[in-house]
Amino acid sequence: METQKTPLFNLHKKYGAKFVHFAGYKMPIQYKLGIIEEHNLTRSKSGIFDVSHMGQLFIKGNQELIIDLEKIFPINLTKLLINQSKYSFLMNDNGGINDDLIITKLNNGFMIILNALCKENDFQIIKSKLKNKYEMKLRDDLSLIAFQGPEAKHIFEKIILGSSKLKFMHGGEFIYNNQKVYISRSGYTGEDGFEISVSNKIVTSFVEKLIEHGSNLIGLGARDTLRLEAGLCLYGQDINEKTSPIEANLKWAISKSRIDSKYPGSERIKRELKEGVDKLRVGIKPESRVIARESTKIFDEKDNIIGKVTSGTFGPSVKSPIAMGYVSNGHTKSNTKVFLQIRGKKIPANICDMPFYKKNYMKEEANV
Amino acid sequence: MSDIKFSKDHEWVKISGDTAIVGITKHATEMLGDIVFAELPEKGSNIEKDSNVGVVESTKAASDIYTPISGEVIDTNRLIIDDPSKINSDPEGEGWFFKLKVKDPSEMNSLMNKEEYAKFSKESSS
Repeated sequence: METQKTPLFNLHKKYGAKFVHFAGYKMPIQYKLGIIEEHNLTRSKSGIFDVSHMGQLFIKGNQELIIDLEKIFPINLTKLLINQSKYSFLMNDNGGINDDLIITKLNNGFMIILNALCKENDFQIIKSKLKNKYEMKLRDDLSLIAFQGPEAKHIFEKIILGSSKLKFMHGGEFIYNNQKVYISRSGYTGEDGFEISVSNKIVTSFVEKLIEHGSNLIGLGARDTLRLEAGLCLYGQDINEKTSPIEANLKWAISKSRIDSKYPGSERIKRELKEGVDKLRVGIKPESRVIARESTKIFDEKDNIIGKVTSGTFGPSVKSPIAMGYVSNGHTKSNTKVFLQIRGKKIPANICDMPFYKKNYMKEEANV
Repeated sequence: MSDIKFSKDHEWVKISGDTAIVGITKHATEMLGDIVFAELPEKGSNIEKDSNVGVVESTKAASDIYTPISGEVIDTNRLIIDDPSKINSDPEGEGWFFKLKVKDPSEMNSLMNKEEYAKFSKESSS
């Protein structure tokens, strides 16, 4: 398949982006400032992320659609309020995760934000599970922008009146330049912020407006360090079609009221909740400055292999290397000493709680 | 008088008498991005030309360091261990990696001069 570009491609170039190929798209990994500076700007001020490669799936329907979607997703969609969003998964029959996603209830149906790599496949799976009963569309006429950081709400309120009143994981339709935009208070950085679904036609001027107000474009490189510090999973790396949400320590995302109902993989979820899991996703902090990258093997103190790293980087805000990965039962407690095999050496590290970096924002502050 | 040469692995080496200083080039730091970790050869060790003697890690990836010439490691730069960002800010000065007692000065002949390296790095990045 030919490499695709997002509608912001020329703007990225204008701001000195270096590009990488990601999920079939040519995406900016960083701009002139570099990953660490971009990371720090997002934590201290604000940052703009082009995430238009992600899938924006809209499904039209009413009560019947809610019932049909609850057969697919392990969450309570009946109770979900209009314009409220939840994190969930598309699971396979073996209880593995085909994709992780954000689902939002709209007036006339649902919006589901999917990973770029999975969106086409997800579309086919959901379509066949819904038996073609509903009008559904992956909207490539819309871009998706994340606007994150402590200053985001102040800047955004100047541009779109009322946007700062949105609560965390709630959204709504707003007007910008006579065009409808859908804004939700959410993100993937551990910071307060917004995600904005906006027409391709006005996305460039919209992003330039944010830049005029003092914000900066941030690449996928910093997006990765930010999400890892926040303890958030990257699909394809930290979770995949084999790992279950319970192994991934994402139990919280499964609605309690849905545990006994049937959805793809529900048998495995029920069994794992009852009997426990063999391995669990944990945070890992190396004791030195060495970075444990994806696939680094993890050993216990007796030199038995107990797991492997799925994501690792240097955390610019925590100022040390950080990683996440899976370790077997008995080694998952915080402060457990482990060893990482890096370039032939065994580097001491400790299992730790996530997130690595935590800010007190969100629910209270989102009420301003 | 010192003589600066460059390797295909993007290291530089400056020789003065029988001592050589080795580091990575500005071009290398630009390709790597923000460097957050550096591992250097041990003081006192004897290292052979083109062998893997260390590592730098950026926020993006790890990259091996090769020595462009052979010799005994007589000093390493503590500064870049404690603050790897010095490699980005001054790669051919403060951000040096290690010093060698040169074994065979004729090894310098196989390396590129400034102009040759500028051409090489331009071609290899395009």
